[in-house]
Amino acid sequence: MSEPILRVRDLMVEYATSHGPAQAVHGVNLDLAEGEFLAIVGESGCGKSTLLFAIAQLLSYPASIVGGSITFNGVDLTSLDPEELRRHRWRDISVVMQSAMNALNPTISIGAQLADACKAHTDWDDKRIRQRSEEVLAMVSIDRVHLKSYPFQLSGGMRQRAMIAMALLLEPRLVIMDEPTSALDVVAQRSLMRQVESLRHELGFSVLFVTHDMSVVSHFSDRLAVMYAGEVVELDTTREVFDHPQHPYSQGLMDAFPSLLGEARQLTGIAGTPPALVDPPPGCLFAPRCAHVMDVCRTTRPDLITRGTRAVRCHLVNPPGAL
Amino acid sequence: MSGAVLQVDGLSRYFRVGGLRSRGQLHALDDVTFEVAPGEIVALVGESGSGKSTIARVLAGLYKPTRGTIVFEGKALNGHSSRKVRGRMPMVFQDPFGSINPVLRVGHSLLRSLKLHRPELSKSQRHDEAVALVERVGMTPGAQVLRRYPHELSGGQRQRLGFAQALASNPSLILADEPVSMLDVSIRIGLLNVMKGLRDREGVSLLYITHDLASARYVANRMIVLYAGQIAEEGTTDEVIRSPQHPYTQLLMSTAPDPRLPLAEIEGERDLGEPPKVIDPEPGCRFAPRCPLVMDVCWTTTPTMVTLSPTHRAACFAVTAT
Repeated sequence: MSEPILRVRDLMVEYATSHGPAQAVHGVNLDLAEGEFLAIVGESGCGKSTLLFAIAQLLSYPASIVGGSITFNGVDLTSLDPEELRRHRWRDISVVMQSAMNALNPTISIGAQLADACKAHTDWDDKRIRQRSEEVLAMVSIDRVHLKSYPFQLSGGMRQRAMIAMALLLEPRLVIMDEPTSALDVVAQRSLMRQVESLRHELGFSVLFVTHDMSVVSHFSDRLAVMYAGEVVELDTTREVFDHPQHPYSQGLMDAFPSLLGEARQLTGIAGTPPALVDPPPGCLFAPRCAHVMDVCRTTRPDLITRGTRAVRCHLVNPPGAL
Repeated sequence: MSGAVLQVDGLSRYFRVGGLRSRGQLHALDDVTFEVAPGEIVALVGESGSGKSTIARVLAGLYKPTRGTIVFEGKALNGHSSRKVRGRMPMVFQDPFGSINPVLRVGHSLLRSLKLHRPELSKSQRHDEAVALVERVGMTPGAQVLRRYPHELSGGQRQRLGFAQALASNPSLILADEPVSMLDVSIRIGLLNVMKGLRDREGVSLLYITHDLASARYVANRMIVLYAGQIAEEGTTDEVIRSPQHPYTQLLMSTAPDPRLPLAEIEGERDLGEPPKVIDPEPGCRFAPRCPLVMDVCWTTTPTMVTLSPTHRAACFAVTAT
C-alpha cells in the first residue's frame, strides 16, 4: 500500500464534564489510503462522530484533543493554527454533515451557498464560480436551474446530494461524511451511495464515512472499522467483517438487523448499554455486555492486535500470553 | 370480514396547495381501503411522501378525511368520537425526543394518561398500573423508571415509554409511525421485539408505518405498500417479500441493503427518481414515470386492484391474475 493520505495515531479526545473528563475517543489508530473508502460504525455515543470532527479539526469546547496526532498528507493537523488550517479546509478536506436540512442555509439559494464557499477559499471570478457550481451540481445529477432554488424547494435526497456537490467544489482529496444517509428512505439512500461510489472512482478522493447502520455501507466501503466506547474494536475489509465478525460486539451488531430475504428468525440485539466514559472500569469496556466474558476481561484492557488485514481488540481472539 | 378491529374504506385526504387563489389539491391519500384484524401487525410501507404518515394522522383524528369511512371496533369514527374511543387507538410518534415533555418525570405523564383514560382506578392502583406498564415494555425496575426525567432515558427507552403510554388507555390498536427510524440499529431490534410481544402476549393489533422493508418483514403479518397516496400492493408478509408483483415493490426490495447478500444490480441504475407530488391528478398510473415495465395504457388509465390470491392483490396492468 502506498503512503496513506491520512494517518491517525493514538488519538485521544476528551469532553470536559462536571464529573471529570470523559474519554470519547481513546487511542485510535487509522490509516486511510489515497482513494480508499473507510466506514466507521458503532452505536450512538461510541465516539465515531467525535473522531470525525477531531480529524476535521472541528471540535470545540467541551471537547478537545488531548493526545496523539492526525497527519494529513505529511502535515500534522493538530499543530496548525486556524489560518493554516483554513487553507487546508475545503481544498484538501471537506465535510458532509448529517442533516442537510440544518447544514444548508434556508434563507439563501443553493447557488449563493456554493459561491460563498468558493469566495472564502479561492480568488475565482464570478464566471468561474458559476461554471464550477454548474459542474458540481451536474456531478450529483441536479439540474442547474436549482442554483436558484432554496433548500426547502428540494427533496431530502436532493438536499443531501447538494451537500455532496458543495463538498466537491474544490476537488478535495478527502471527503468526511457524517451519517449522510440517516434521514433518507431506502431508495434515496441507495441513489446517494451509488452516486458517492461513482464519483469516488471518477475523481479519486478518499472517503471517511460514519454510520450506525452498517447495512448502508456493506456494499460500498473498502474497509470497515467497528467502534465501541471510544475504541476501535475490529477493523478489516468490509466483506471480511460481515462474513466473519470476530469481536463479540461486531457479532452482536451483525445480529441486530433483520434480513430481507434470508431466514426469518428471532433476533436479540445486544443487551445492556455502553459504559460511562468518565472513569471507565479497568478491563475490556465491552465485558459487562459480552456473552463470552472471561475473568481476564474484567481486569485487563485488551490491545488491538493486527494479524494480516484484520485487527481485533478481544482476549477471546487474542488470548493473553499467547504472543 | 366483520371481525376486523379497523376497516378503512375509500379513505382520501387532500390538501390545498399554492397561494391564496390557488385551487390546486395535493392528493396525499387517494381511495385507500384496507382492514386490520385483531392481534395482527400490519406494516404500511412506502417512501417519504407516499402518504403513510397521513393515514396514521387521519386515523388518530389529527386530520379530517376528505372522503371515505373509518370503522373502528364496529363503529364509524367521526370528528366527534369520544376520548374513550380514541384511547382504544393511540399513536406512538417517530421522534422520541420531541414527543415527551422534558420537564416532567416519566411517571407524571403515565399517571396522567391513566387518570384520563381509566378513571375507575384508585390512586394506588394507578401507581401500580404505571409500574406494570413500563415493565410490560421491558423497562425494569418500573418504580425506579417512573421517577426519572426524560433526559435520563436513551432514545430506545423513550420509545419504549411511548409504547407504555399507548398501553395506558387499554388499546386494541396502536398506530406506530416510524417508531424505530430515529434509533440506532442495535436498539431497533429490541423495540421491534416489544411490538411483537404486545401482539403475541396481549393480542394488541399494530399498524406499523415504516420505509424499512426488512423490519416490516420481521414484525408484520401483512404488508401494505403505498405509492403516491394509493395502495400499490397488499398481501401477507410472505407473499409480498417472496413474490413482489408490483414493479414498485420490486424497486423497494432491490434497494433495501442486505449485507448478507451480494449487491443486486438494478437495470439501468443511475437515478432511481423520486415519488411525485400528486397535485390534481389525471387518470393513469402514478408510478408510470419510474416504471421499467411501463405500457401505453399506464399513461391514460388508472390501474385497479388485481386479485392474486385471497390475501394478495396489486394495482398494476403488468400483473395478471392467476
